[in-house]
Amino acid sequence: MTPPRIEIKSSPHIKRAGSVEQIMRTVVVALLPVCAFSVYHFGLSALALMATTTLACVLTEQLFNRLSGRGSTLGDYSTVITGLLLALTLPPGFPLWMAAVTGFVGVALGKALFGGLGFNPFNPALIGRAFAAAAFPQAISTWTEAGHPARFTELLPSTLTAPFTTPAPVDAYTAATPLGQWKFQGAELQAWELFTGMTPGSAGETSALLILLCGLFMVARGAMNWRIPAAILASAFLTAAAFYAADPGHFPTPWAVLFSGGLMLGAVFMASDMVGSPVTPAGVWLYGLLIGFLAIIIRFFGGQPEGVMYAILLGNAASPLIEQITQPRPYGKRKGRGA
Amino acid sequence: MELLSLLRGRTFRRGVEAPEYKELTAGQPIRRLPFAPRLVLPLDQHFGDPARALVRKGQEVVRGEPVAEAQGPRSVPIHAPVTGVVEDVELMPTARGPKSRAVILRTAPGDSQAVRWSRPCDPERLGTAELIEAVQRTGLVGQGGAAFPTHLKLSIPDGHAVDTLVVNGCECEPYLTTDHRIMLEQPALVLAGVRLAMQTVGAERTLIGVEDNKPDAIAALRGQIGADEPITVRAVKSKYPQGSEKMLIKTLLGREVPSGGLPFHVGVVVNNAGTLAQLGHLLPRGEGLIERVVTVSGPGVDRPGNYRVPIGTPLRAILEAVGYREDDPSRIILGGPMMGNTVASLDVPITKGVSGLLVMPQAAEEVVASSQPCIRCGRCLEACPVGLNPAELGRLAANRQYQAMEERFNLNDCFECGCCSYVCPSNIPLVQYFRIAKALNRERKS
Ligand code: SF4
Ligand code: SF4
Repeated sequence: MTPPRIEIKSSPHIKRAGSVEQIMRTVVVALLPVCAFSVYHFGLSALALMATTTLACVLTEQLFNRLSGRGSTLGDYSTVITGLLLALTLPPGFPLWMAAVTGFVGVALGKALFGGLGFNPFNPALIGRAFAAAAFPQAISTWTEAGHPARFTELLPSTLTAPFTTPAPVDAYTAATPLGQWKFQGAELQAWELFTGMTPGSAGETSALLILLCGLFMVARGAMNWRIPAAILASAFLTAAAFYAADPGHFPTPWAVLFSGGLMLGAVFMASDMVGSPVTPAGVWLYGLLIGFLAIIIRFFGGQPEGVMYAILLGNAASPLIEQITQPRPYGKRKGRGA
Repeated sequence: MELLSLLRGRTFRRGVEAPEYKELTAGQPIRRLPFAPRLVLPLDQHFGDPARALVRKGQEVVRGEPVAEAQGPRSVPIHAPVTGVVEDVELMPTARGPKSRAVILRTAPGDSQAVRWSRPCDPERLGTAELIEAVQRTGLVGQGGAAFPTHLKLSIPDGHAVDTLVVNGCECEPYLTTDHRIMLEQPALVLAGVRLAMQTVGAERTLIGVEDNKPDAIAALRGQIGADEPITVRAVKSKYPQGSEKMLIKTLLGREVPSGGLPFHVGVVVNNAGTLAQLGHLLPRGEGLIERVVTVSGPGVDRPGNYRVPIGTPLRAILEAVGYREDDPSRIILGGPMMGNTVASLDVPITKGVSGLLVMPQAAEEVVASSQPCIRCGRCLEACPVGLNPAELGRLAANRQYQAMEERFNLNDCFECGCCSYVCPSNIPLVQYFRIAKALNRERKS
């Protein structure tokens, strides 16, 4: 009796435009200028690094999909994002074989083992980065000068290091990052140079201005929750300002802190990763404030010049707890009851 | 903006701003369609206890005459929407399911179809109990969708007092424009209903909330209010679900109905503008509810509009009269696109609570919409007007932890408004999960 053309569906019958693919694709598009800037700075080596990490991440994901019998997840672009972000956190001259291993570990341990997109408590790029810091301590702290004249014609010598060997330090190319100089040599940080990005650093921790613009693009396209970077930057700024006020001779100005190292990249592209951040609106603020604060504390007092990545991993780890204490209050229920 | 409107009592927190599609029908005056040759009147078409049939097969009835009586206080009578003959009283497919007991009428051809049955009364001389009885006799139920008997809404239990009558003129569901047209074309009837309802519940004042996308309706209503009457029309923000009772109370009065409670617990009674227009029309004349205005719209309809339709008219008769696309697979929706239900057959009749009939051909983007894992974007939390955690509820539902949904995450406060599913980029059918979970929990308890 029922004509076959009538569909039976549960309400609602309309949907807001926007899918996971669209969100992820927007993030990829937003990452491209940052990648291009990095290639412009560091040349072919940076390009080779990105290609390697991205390929390693995508292949790893496909491998695990095959093993666990899931369909291809290439369409959701999230692994491409992991690959690109990973490359941006590594030194441009990072040996490619190490980069491939790092990509594999990031996706395998950081994502696939948890069940894939949506189930990974930590940002897989940061898992990879943390692994690299532990496994390849020397390579990961060998930085290259930006704008080397031969960067578009030759690869950095360390890039093509033979697998399972460690590159020999080549002084002609290496340079200390501004944060490293401040930490280990007491040099001053120049806020403006940091803001525009003409400094040594990992492939993506350079131009704060560019990263901010890309972040604005993601916000405009609804691909990012602006509250996360806003909270991180505000909290980092205030924490740094407190230290600066206490001892201006020793600590850098809060502006320089805001624009140096991976803080901007981490705040805009990594901490804002939805999967590892709390779902509750109030929790998002708390999460950002925590990360900003931790990043500065680690940076000022830890053994390494850069603290953002560990701060974000800690933030990821704290997410479930943050979520628990920030459950929204339902309409018609008084605080402290229910939930 | 949002904060400003919150502070000025123009909106509630969260919710969604969906495209309205109201321009399709908002400018269309209410028109009548030809009478269908056969009407189906389900006895259980209202919330509460079903009515009991008063007629037998072959009996002649006149337009307006009761064909079923209220079965107890939580029920309402049903009146004949046409002059004609009772074809049968039997089980028929309705929007509720495949089989509901229904009175089937065959319309008398060539009849003028004037209303030939009424019991006029003078409401001014009636006390509360008599008024409530008179309201029940009209067979009136909420016209906004819930089909909750109006006399029950106007009965305030002993020990509770109502200070404010809230009139719901929001019509926040996309596509629907029946209340808009009624407020615009019959503001005097709406106000007549308001005064009767105020008298019945003993409210000191009335607040009429109308979404600010209907400035013409706001002006029309204001023109009918006497200088010293304690009745105010308030423009509220156009945002879904502004027209949900509890949200509107929050918007207009800043009060929150306690979880599990009803509006009278905070001294309020809410009625829909379309319902009050019917009350203003029916009660003094002593007639029964026999027709209603329905917005017929959606991309699959040729001549969208607002039509006055006899209760019991089969959907097929309406769609044939206005023209519709038969080619693609479509959803036929009773109500609005956010909360309405799809029906399985065009033989299903229009009932007292149906405010919209939408034909929505399957949109291209929805074809690809298979659901994906939750990416924890938090949009559903930013959308849920009740302040629930749909992401967590959805996760628990997927793990079949239905009890935890109820006990720890307030499942029963969800009123299935659809905001969470509407915004979810992973296309998770959250509302569907919640309906199933509620049903299973109910089953477990009984
Ligand atoms: S359907 Fe329920 S959970 Fe979803 S937004 Fe509406 S009230 Fe909240
Ligand atoms: S909107 Fe969908 S994907 Fe986003 S948190 Fe809610 S359930 Fe998860």
